[in-house]
Amino acid sequence: MMVAQLTQNERFFGLVILIALGCLGLVMAAVGQHDPIGMHGWLVVVCSVVMIFVLANGYFAPEPSEARLAHYYDDPSKVGIVLAMIWAVIGMFIGDWVAWLLVYPELTFDAGWASFGRLRPVHTSGVIFGFGGNALIATSFHVLQRTTRARLPDQLSPWFVLLGYNLFCLVAATGYFMGITQSKEYAEPEWYADFWLVIVWVTYFLIYLRTLLRRREPHIYVANWYYMAFILVVAILHIVNNLAMPISFGSAKSYSAFAGVQDAMTQWWYGHNAVAFFLTAGFLGMMYYYLPKRAGRPIFSYRLSIISFWGITFMYMWAGSHHLHYTALPHWVQTLGMTFSVMLLVPSWASAANALLTLNGAWHKVRDDATLRFMMMAAIFYGLSTFEGSFMAIRAVNSLSHYTDWTVGHVHAGALGWVALITFGSIYAVVPWLWKQPRMYSAKLIEWHFWLAMAGTLVYVFSMWNSGVIQGLMWRTYNESGTLSYSFIDSLVAMHPYYFARAVGGLLFLIGAIIGSYNIWMTIRMAANTETSNEAAIGDAAAAGE
Amino acid sequence: MSIFGFHYKLERNAIGFTLAVIAMASIGGFVEIAPLFTIDETVEAAPDMRVYTPLELAGRNIYIREGCYACHSQMIRTLRDEVERYGPYSLAVESKYDHPMLWGSKRTGPDIARLGGKYSDQWHVAHLINPRDVVAESKMPNYGWLMRDTLRVDDLGLHLKAMRKVGVPYTDAQIANATKDAIGQASPDSDAAAGVSERYGEATNVRAFDGVPGTVTEMDAVVAYLQILGRLTDAAHKTPMKTE
Repeated sequence: MMVAQLTQNERFFGLVILIALGCLGLVMAAVGQHDPIGMHGWLVVVCSVVMIFVLANGYFAPEPSEARLAHYYDDPSKVGIVLAMIWAVIGMFIGDWVAWLLVYPELTFDAGWASFGRLRPVHTSGVIFGFGGNALIATSFHVLQRTTRARLPDQLSPWFVLLGYNLFCLVAATGYFMGITQSKEYAEPEWYADFWLVIVWVTYFLIYLRTLLRRREPHIYVANWYYMAFILVVAILHIVNNLAMPISFGSAKSYSAFAGVQDAMTQWWYGHNAVAFFLTAGFLGMMYYYLPKRAGRPIFSYRLSIISFWGITFMYMWAGSHHLHYTALPHWVQTLGMTFSVMLLVPSWASAANALLTLNGAWHKVRDDATLRFMMMAAIFYGLSTFEGSFMAIRAVNSLSHYTDWTVGHVHAGALGWVALITFGSIYAVVPWLWKQPRMYSAKLIEWHFWLAMAGTLVYVFSMWNSGVIQGLMWRTYNESGTLSYSFIDSLVAMHPYYFARAVGGLLFLIGAIIGSYNIWMTIRMAANTETSNEAAIGDAAAAGE
Repeated sequence: MSIFGFHYKLERNAIGFTLAVIAMASIGGFVEIAPLFTIDETVEAAPDMRVYTPLELAGRNIYIREGCYACHSQMIRTLRDEVERYGPYSLAVESKYDHPMLWGSKRTGPDIARLGGKYSDQWHVAHLINPRDVVAESKMPNYGWLMRDTLRVDDLGLHLKAMRKVGVPYTDAQIANATKDAIGQASPDSDAAAGVSERYGEATNVRAFDGVPGTVTEMDAVVAYLQILGRLTDAAHKTPMKTE
């Protein structure tokens, strides 16, 4: 059905790309037959063949009517949202699994693939890139068209970006199970996956730029500043941090171009800015569109938007070195990182305040509408976790918090409280618009999801704060005779109850996400039922949704 | 108001806006990262520094494969309690052949930057097969398959070659003999063993790390790697330590 919307030309080029990809997969399978990369070759082949069948199924459908050009192109956004929720459930499920592994470390079945060290990146990448990335691509296409009043420039490249990106995620996740990783946190995929992502990402940027150039609005709307910064800076970070020398084209293994202290600085420049531009800028783009839209209020301050946007774009890039306090990194770089991290609080809080003040005059909606409440709580968690981040970047605080679960708690305050909540809020807002429905399938289930997500986040974050601070304090406690009071293993034993609590918190959050997925799925089914019965109503709903 | 006036123009120009984002975002990286590659003081000199043997490098790659870096840092900070707990704090030079570095970000287990020589091979083997046999409260997973899986050694020459391309001074002889040296280092009674000491120094550990001479397993490689941690150079032990 979605293939029929493509023009004959687009179908043809789609087929060419898929055949080329399939051939590439065969080459990988052949040259890498004694190496894990060969498995990935076969995976690429299977994915291409499946897509070729999907495309061939609608290949000879009649050319779509010219009328399509009068509407925005939302098919990729729809599929992107479904994929985002699938990755959310997978990523969070694995996350909770590894949380239980830290309570019961024997649950690894004596198998490499089920071991903590291999599952952990499946969790982090699954949630950050699978869930977050798909949500960003889906919503960015939606927001881009509305705010520029222009249709996407063509119909094939958005599919290439969405499906190509998911192929990257799939190669990454399956690679971790096989032990393919370059060990750079949040940049674990190996050279060939990285290379593929560059191609996908450049296409993504070009779609953005081409649509902006077609826009019928004189100004580029705030949300698009953030989406643009997200795409551009992630490209820079990704390319620089992943510069590496493969041992051969038939091997998955590569060696980083950088070593030791330079590699550490490059990695944390990437790592912290992945937080800044993947997990913050992109989602701020989401917030700047869906929150005012849902609240029915304009953004509180346009000038505050300008200040916070450029503040974030400029200052974040300096902050990465705060991950390396008291290490072998030169002292001056650590100090710069700390200083900029503290200053970052200004643009971060400007954004959070801008969001919350936008709700002035709409607080009664926050009470009644769980979708808007998701977004409000996201803005609050954004403010809280950026404050905590600046605080933890101060050298003296970092000496206590670094290497402990406090960091894990902080990350999840941001990931669950900010990223996931703004995403769920935005998805609940956009799903009825995209599928031309007056509302989600069940408002009650959104309420359930909201409270499960809140409870899960709070249990998670409080347990990690406790274990992190206790751990950090135990490591540095001295007894009266001037020797260390606790062995390392003492601190590990002390963490046990908090690890249990964390796993429970994660489970609550996961259940919420499953309920959300069910609700979204039922809304889509609701749309499928109405579609055939009432063509006229669709036009009305579309008009209301835009 | 002129700043906002300028912005008013900028946000009407897609290309200009794109360039502005790239320019603003590039400054921080240039100021912080670029000098690290040029300023001599970034990495101390350590004339006695040696490279990883092929077996140790293979072990390091398994350490990476299993995600050990997620729970064990390899970076002792300059804090008094860390130096007392783990040993002299880490110097930049100690990881100058680490592509990539494995400094880590979390200690679910202890720091292992100075693990080399601290425990016997038997302890490591037992610990990897079932950590709770030697540390009852450990939360570490079992890595039993390391003992069962034969180490892949045929492509180690390629590994060393790639390492040389990114700046590690492996000699032609070391690259040519990589496979032989990996087997030799874990087979003390074989003819290949002598070449390892010749090419990597007399102090190099040559023994059956997993306790079973004959086959070279992944366990041999991992234990060889763990036993060299913090021992590629003595620089840290010679540097006067100032802790905070």
